[in-house]
Amino acid sequence: MEALMNWLEAQLADNSIFTLQTLSYYGQGLTTTVQLVFLSLIIGLVMAVPLAIGRGSKKAWLRLPIFFYCYVFRGTPLLVQLYLIYYGVVFVEGIQESWLWVILEKPFVPALIAFTLNTAAYTTEIFRGAIKATPKGEIEAARAYGMSRGLMMRRIVLPSAFRRALPAYGNEVIFMLHASAIASVVTIMDLTGAARFVYARFYAPFDAFLFVAAIYLCLTFAILYLFRYLEKRLLAHLKPASG
Amino acid sequence: MIDLHGYGPRLAEGALITIELGILSLILAVILGLLTASAKMSRSWPLRRLATLYTTIIRGVPDLVLMMLLFFGGQIGINMFTDWLYTQFDVDIFINVNEFVAGVITIGLIFGAYMGETFRGAFLAVDSGQIEAGRAYGMTHWLVFRRIRFPQMMRHALPGLSNNWMVLLKTTALVSVIGLSDMVRVAAEASKATREPFTFMIIVAAIYLLIASVSEWGFARLQKRYDIGYGEAD
Repeated sequence: MEALMNWLEAQLADNSIFTLQTLSYYGQGLTTTVQLVFLSLIIGLVMAVPLAIGRGSKKAWLRLPIFFYCYVFRGTPLLVQLYLIYYGVVFVEGIQESWLWVILEKPFVPALIAFTLNTAAYTTEIFRGAIKATPKGEIEAARAYGMSRGLMMRRIVLPSAFRRALPAYGNEVIFMLHASAIASVVTIMDLTGAARFVYARFYAPFDAFLFVAAIYLCLTFAILYLFRYLEKRLLAHLKPASG
Repeated sequence: MIDLHGYGPRLAEGALITIELGILSLILAVILGLLTASAKMSRSWPLRRLATLYTTIIRGVPDLVLMMLLFFGGQIGINMFTDWLYTQFDVDIFINVNEFVAGVITIGLIFGAYMGETFRGAFLAVDSGQIEAGRAYGMTHWLVFRRIRFPQMMRHALPGLSNNWMVLLKTTALVSVIGLSDMVRVAAEASKATREPFTFMIIVAAIYLLIASVSEWGFARLQKRYDIGYGEAD
């Protein structure tokens, strides 16, 4: 480790902007970005499954609120949602006295809430489309076997819907990674936040932002290849037969 | 009635800026998109490579980072260029990048890449027999494009175009970060000053939803127009 650090320092010796210190800012920013994106995607995914099922329900009291939620969160900019939650959380009655304030005081949690609600709305629409596209014959077959609705959902509809949703969900993951740059607006030190800091400190926009753009590009490609691999594995049976 | 604490007119101005910005950058994006699509389908490989590089980089980097790069870096880049002009050729000009122009250029540049993909798919969906028929009539390249390829391509491109416009509209909110007084920035300032974030942010959200709904209606009408001659038989 010591040797590695010395080597790095020697490499960076005549570089006035990318010193070990600024690189560590970028490193922390990378961690924050990945945490924020990963957590919001996981929670959003868990929320989206029941919402997508409810979105296709015949009961209007269940369907309409979910439709409204998706419409609003997909129709307004994420920045507005973030501002609403970030500035709004202070004004919830009595929140500053409660234990919740300890975590809500930092911008990370409001940003996480905004991102989660946003991605859950998009993911719900993706899943709804995938569930709707279930072939009729599969549902009829499940009925004919006497499966209950819950069992049919669990064994027949959802597994195939997840596979069908995979390509669209991959796009959503990349979209979320890019959207997370907005977190820097509410003083979170994510990757973009680190770049803005370095820009402000050295007044070197090209170095600061091109470097961070390269990191984002690498992350995007990593996600792209991950999903391409998953599609290859999980959607192999849907590939057109080749000789 | 909702009390806007006198921020009403400024909010309206901000909304106007958002709409202007959206429409101008949409026009730029469509032009860039058509150019990218043509470059991607052209026979010369440097053009194809260049177009692919452009779409890959733009689609791999967050909008906000590109916006900051072009906005903060753009002025320095232009200053370097004008300095160079001055020292080399004794030409003394000063170009100031204003936020609005920077916003239009960045958003147009970003969505040009997305539009390029949309248009490319749509152009490929036009039956090649149609183009051959146009050629057989002795039409020039440009005439084939104007009378045959473009109208038929639009039918396929409109769903993607409307999708891109919705995303573009929401991206305009980011210009508030680089200092342009669009409605999001006005609302953020008003929220901080009056300590009533809900009032202002919900109004802004409602305006976005309104613009989105109106444009959805507009796109449905356009789609109807470009669908003439299709799908009525069955």
